[in-house]
Amino acid sequence: MILQCAVLFAFLAFGELVVWLTGVPVPSSIIGMISLAISLKIGWIRLEWVDKAADFLVRNLGFFFVPAGVGVMRCFGIISQEWIPITVATIVSTFIIIAVTGQTHQICRHFMSRRSKQK
Amino acid sequence: MEFFQNKYFLIALTFLVFLASKQLQRRTGIALLHPILVTITVLIVVLLAADVSPDVYSEGGEYIEFWLKPAVVALGVPLYRQLESIRKQLLPLLLSELAGCVAGIISVVLVAQLFGASREVVLSLAPKAVTTPIAMEISATAGGLPALTAAVVVCTGIFGGMAGFQMIRISRIRSQIAGGLSVGTASHAVGTAAAIERYGMRYGAFSSLGLTLNGLFTALLTPLILSLLL
Repeated sequence: MILQCAVLFAFLAFGELVVWLTGVPVPSSIIGMISLAISLKIGWIRLEWVDKAADFLVRNLGFFFVPAGVGVMRCFGIISQEWIPITVATIVSTFIIIAVTGQTHQICRHFMSRRSKQK
Repeated sequence: MEFFQNKYFLIALTFLVFLASKQLQRRTGIALLHPILVTITVLIVVLLAADVSPDVYSEGGEYIEFWLKPAVVALGVPLYRQLESIRKQLLPLLLSELAGCVAGIISVVLVAQLFGASREVVLSLAPKAVTTPIAMEISATAGGLPALTAAVVVCTGIFGGMAGFQMIRISRIRSQIAGGLSVGTASHAVGTAAAIERYGMRYGAFSSLGLTLNGLFTALLTPLILSLLL
């Protein structure tokens, strides 16, 4: 478990380093995630060095969001004034994102498979 | 009650309430009793009743929130497991992500304005589809309220994890890849966790790809789209 955590935190620290050096407006954790996937692919890191801790964290991801959710207490005032636009916009936009993303992907795949059949 | 201010007590309370909420959903099977939603609601009620301020709660809560970043790094593992299928369809993935990201930001801004939201709220809502660390940073840079953004992000995630799969069916999305991708794009890591629980790691891998790409696109495009719309 120590090795597993060491790998994960090493990649997170690498992400922090990249952000600190370059100032890119991308979170360190996303940089860590991408470089971990690449390092596993190249073979620098073996899957069995990280898979247990990674699977544990991924499976319990939702729990780590609880404190941010409790933070909603800080903005009760503005929410009680504007809860209608907030709720409607969130629901409508979530639906639009799902429909647009999924449909675009299906349409692209459809065209690509037709083209490859014609060749 | 003074003891309620103790941070170790608050951490233990968070774990216990979450465990109980999970049990509650398993026993009842009611989708609306989403464990994260129930946990947050119960904690807020307890904190209000015991007169504990949110700042005091986060002295304990930050130790739980701390694991969010390593957990996002850990999503690299399911991502790695699907690299082959990602490589095969890079173009459809990038195009659909770009379309979803732009449609998401524009729709949330326009609908919020239509229903009379103030400028501050509109700016806080714009990055609501992506995971908290990214969204809060975008919101702060744009001039929104990061705390409100965090709350909306968590609610979006819960909502996407609960209703997202019905939305996928309604919008006639049939492939597993497209479904996983859209859940991750619309409702980040909370939606991804729900997707993994429901359909397994392969679905979850595309979901984590969706949240990654949308996180990147949203970070890059939100300032531009906001300057065009507002």
